Amino acid sequence: MTFWIAALVAVAATAVAARGKNPIHALLWFVVSLLAMAMVFFVMGAAFAAALEVIVYAGAIVVLFLFVVMMLSLDKEAVVRETSWLKRPVWLLPSGFAAVLGAALGWEIFGAPLPEQAGRAVLPAQVGEKLFSGDILAVEMASVLLLAGLVAAFHLARAEHA
Amino acid sequence: MLSWQAPAGLALVLFCVGLAALLARRNLVFVLISVEIMLNACGLLFIAAGMRWGTADGQIMFIAVLNLAGAELAVGLILLLRLRRQVTTLDGDAAVLLDDSS
Repeated sequence: MTFWIAALVAVAATAVAARGKNPIHALLWFVVSLLAMAMVFFVMGAAFAAALEVIVYAGAIVVLFLFVVMMLSLDKEAVVRETSWLKRPVWLLPSGFAAVLGAALGWEIFGAPLPEQAGRAVLPAQVGEKLFSGDILAVEMASVLLLAGLVAAFHLARAEHA
Repeated sequence: MLSWQAPAGLALVLFCVGLAALLARRNLVFVLISVEIMLNACGLLFIAAGMRWGTADGQIMFIAVLNLAGAELAVGLILLLRLRRQVTTLDGDAAVLLDDSS
């Protein structure tokens, strides 16, 4: 039951965020969606992922996004322009394509011959043990990826040289 | 405990919402939000798979997706700030500065 409530909140908040006009409001709705997703993870027995979703995703990534949107200094005019871009026919084709793809995938998931099987909760200790023993290479790759992102962001953000 | 189909269905719906928004929006800020929505749905699918098989791999892949989202967003936002100085409206269609003919 908790799962379905959280899922409903996640889908509704995501839909509101996706068709919002004001980026700041959309991001705050996205935070609501992320909190609902954290609840879904918790119900699924992935407590560690739920904590990461709140701390890293909602707490760090979206806040970084919010600060950059504030630096873009968008005004009332931007919201008016956004409204003019989002006439109803704009949504028709993308929604149609997404619905077709979603229907195909949904057929695959729910019409599958795989038996419906109850899942098993994965404890945080298991995740840490696996991550720092067998999958240590993934940790190294993550650090290299973050370093590459850092170098790229630093390089691109520097003042332009003539 | 839940069956794996329910979270997979939720991930499917969220991904489709993100995809439709990605295709429909012109404002680059919303394009980035749509990409985040889709990445988040992928993370949910990984966790659902990890729960289905009862292994830790799903959550490890979720951590990798989280890393990817952070790195992608940092570079994407810097590019957005740079583009904002060149085209004033954040319109994806206005970013044609590589075009020789104009």
